[in-house]
Amino acid sequence: MKKIFKTALALMPILALALPISVASAAEKTKVGFVYVGPIGDHGWSHEHNIGRLAVEKAFGDKVETTYVENVSEGPDAERVIQQLARGGHDIIFTTSFGFMNPTLKVAKLFPKVKFEHATGFKRAKNVSTYSARFYEGRHVIGLIAGKMTKTNTVGYIASFPIPEVVRGINAAYLAAKSVNPKVKFKVIWVSTWFDPGKEADAANALIDQGADVIMQHTDSPAAMQIAEEKGIFAFGQASDMIKFGPTAQLTSIIDDWAPYYVARVKAVMDGTWKSQDTWDGIGPGMVGIAKFSDRIPADVRAMAGKARDDIAAGKLFPFTGPINKQDGSVWLKAGEKASDGDLAGMGFYVEGVEGSLPK
Amino acid sequence: MDLLVLILQGVIVAATPLLFAAIGEAVVERAGVLNLGVEGMMILGAVAGFAVTLDTGSFFWGILAAAFVGAIAASLFGFLTQVLMSNQVATGLALTIFGLGVAALLGQGYSGQSTGALARIEIPLLSSIPFVGPLLFAHDPLVYLSIALVIGVSWFLNKTRGGLILRAVGDNHDAAHAIGYSVVGVRMMALMFGGACAGVGGAYLSTVQTPLWVEGMTAGRGWIALAIVVFAAWRPSRVLLGAYLFGGVTVIQLHIQGFGVDIDAQYLSMLPYLVTIVVLVLISNDKARANLNAPACLTKPFFASS
Repeated sequence: MKKIFKTALALMPILALALPISVASAAEKTKVGFVYVGPIGDHGWSHEHNIGRLAVEKAFGDKVETTYVENVSEGPDAERVIQQLARGGHDIIFTTSFGFMNPTLKVAKLFPKVKFEHATGFKRAKNVSTYSARFYEGRHVIGLIAGKMTKTNTVGYIASFPIPEVVRGINAAYLAAKSVNPKVKFKVIWVSTWFDPGKEADAANALIDQGADVIMQHTDSPAAMQIAEEKGIFAFGQASDMIKFGPTAQLTSIIDDWAPYYVARVKAVMDGTWKSQDTWDGIGPGMVGIAKFSDRIPADVRAMAGKARDDIAAGKLFPFTGPINKQDGSVWLKAGEKASDGDLAGMGFYVEGVEGSLPK
Repeated sequence: MDLLVLILQGVIVAATPLLFAAIGEAVVERAGVLNLGVEGMMILGAVAGFAVTLDTGSFFWGILAAAFVGAIAASLFGFLTQVLMSNQVATGLALTIFGLGVAALLGQGYSGQSTGALARIEIPLLSSIPFVGPLLFAHDPLVYLSIALVIGVSWFLNKTRGGLILRAVGDNHDAAHAIGYSVVGVRMMALMFGGACAGVGGAYLSTVQTPLWVEGMTAGRGWIALAIVVFAAWRPSRVLLGAYLFGGVTVIQLHIQGFGVDIDAQYLSMLPYLVTIVVLVLISNDKARANLNAPACLTKPFFASS
C-alpha cells in the first residue's frame, strides 16, 4: 500500500537564468540525480542528503543540474525511478538507502556510462561506488553520555530494521554505556519502518512506560524526541540536529554531513577522475558530526564525551576494541584486538549483555 | 497494574486516528461511494490542525480547521465523482496523492515546531477509581468525541429517517431517486462528513499523538482505516472493534519487544494485520449475513436520467 506514497518525479525548477549564453553551455552541464527513501522534510536522514544536494548546487552553480526523487519505497519502485533518472541523461546518481542496493546494481548494468553511488551498501561494480559514514563512532559518544545520564539504568532504543548498520549502532552504544555504567540495560524495540512518526511516538511511549529515561533512535523522524520533551526525559537526535523538537530533552545529536563527499564526487565526474570506490568516513573527516552537548549534561560527563569524540577523530580511540564477547558468550575480539571493517560491515549479532534476540 | 493502564492508554491513543477516519468512511460507503482518498484527507487534516493550533494557540480551532479542510477535500472528490462522473477509484487515489503533496507544501513553514499535546480531561471522582478510572475517564476530549461519534453514527444509520434515506441511496440509488430523494445531495453530505472525520483523525495524529508536523506523517493510516471499514462489514460498532483491535495489537507488540520476549520482531510487526484478518474470518463466517451489509451500489456511478 505504501506504493501510493511515491510522489512523481520532482524536477528541480531550472532557474530562470536561461540567457542565450547559458543555453549554449547547457549541454555541458553535469546532471546529478538523487533518490531518497523518505520525504526531504523528514528532519532526519533524507533531509541531510538533500542538504548535501544543495551544497553541490552551491559549489558548482550553473555547471550542474540536480534532480531528486523523494519517498521512493525500497524495492521494485526504486529500480524504476533509478532507471528513469539514468535514461534522463544523468551523469551521476546517488541512491541513498540501504534497500536501494540491488536495484542500483541492476540499473548500473544497463547504463555502463552512468556513475552510481549507493549509500550504506556493500556491493560495488565498475560504475557503482559505495559510501557510508561510521555512525557507530557517534553512537559510542552518545552511549557514554546515556550511561552516565540514566537514573533508572534503562536506555530505550527505537530501531528500524535488523541490518548491520543498525545492529552496529546498538552494539556500539551499549558497549560505551556499559563501560561507564555496569548496571545499564538497553531495551530495544524494532518498529520495522524508517519513517512513521506515529509509530515511533508509540514506541517511545512504550519504552518510557517500561522505565526508560533516555531514548536513542535509529529511525528518521523527530517524533521520539518530541515525546521525550513532553515526558521530561532525555533523548538523542538522529541524522539531524533535532534541538528544535527537544530544546530541553536533547542531550546531543549525531549529524550526518554528506556535503563534502557529494561535492568531491561530482567534481570527480566533471574532471573525469571518477572511479568506483568504497568510502567509509567517520568523525575525523567530518562525515559524522556531533551536535552541541546540552548544558544539562554535567561538566565532567561533557568533558569525557568530548574527549572520546576528539580521540576517535584523531584515531586514538576505536569503539570496537576487545575484549568483546558475542551475546552467546563466545569470544568475538580478544583483549586489545580491533574489529576489522569487514566484520563491522556485516555485523549480524548482539554483543554480550544486550538483551532480547536479534530478529533474523 | 499501573503499567497495564499505561499500555491500554497507549492503545486508545494509537486507535483514535484510525477510528475517526474509519467511522467517517463507513458512512460514505453506506451511501454507496468509495472514497480512497482517506489518506490524503487525513494528511490535509493533520497539517491544517497543526498549523491552526500553532497559530491560534487553540486546539478547538485547530481541530475545527482540520474538519473543515477534510470536508473541502471530500467535496472536491464529490464534485468530480458525483457531478462530473469521474471514476471513484482513480479519483480517490488521485486525492491521496494530491493531499500528500499539498500538505507537504502547506506544512513547509510549520515543520520543526511544536504545539505541546492536548490536555487530558480527567472527569472528577470517576477518574480516581483505581484502574477503571484512568482507563475510561482520563483522556483528551477527542477520545470521548470519537466514541460519541460511533454511537451517534450507529444511532443515525439505524434509528433515524435520515439514516434510512442514506442507506437507501447506498443500496439502490435508482429507487431512492425515483421516490424523490437527491442521490447526489445525500452522497455529497456523506462525503463531507467522511472528509471531516478523516481530517480530525489526521489532526489527532499531529496534535495529540506525536504532536508535531512532518511530511507524510500519516504513513498509511488512511489505508488501514479503509480496511477497517471492510473488516467492520460497514457496521459502526465493528468499526470501533476494528480500530481498537488494530491499534491495540500495534502498541502491545511494541511492549512485548520492550519486555524482551523472545519472538522475532518481524512476526510481531505482522501481528496487527494477522490478528485483524483472523478476527475478520471468525466473525464473518456467516456469509449471507456479511453480504447483507455491503452497500449494493458501492462505487456504481449514478446517472439521474436512467
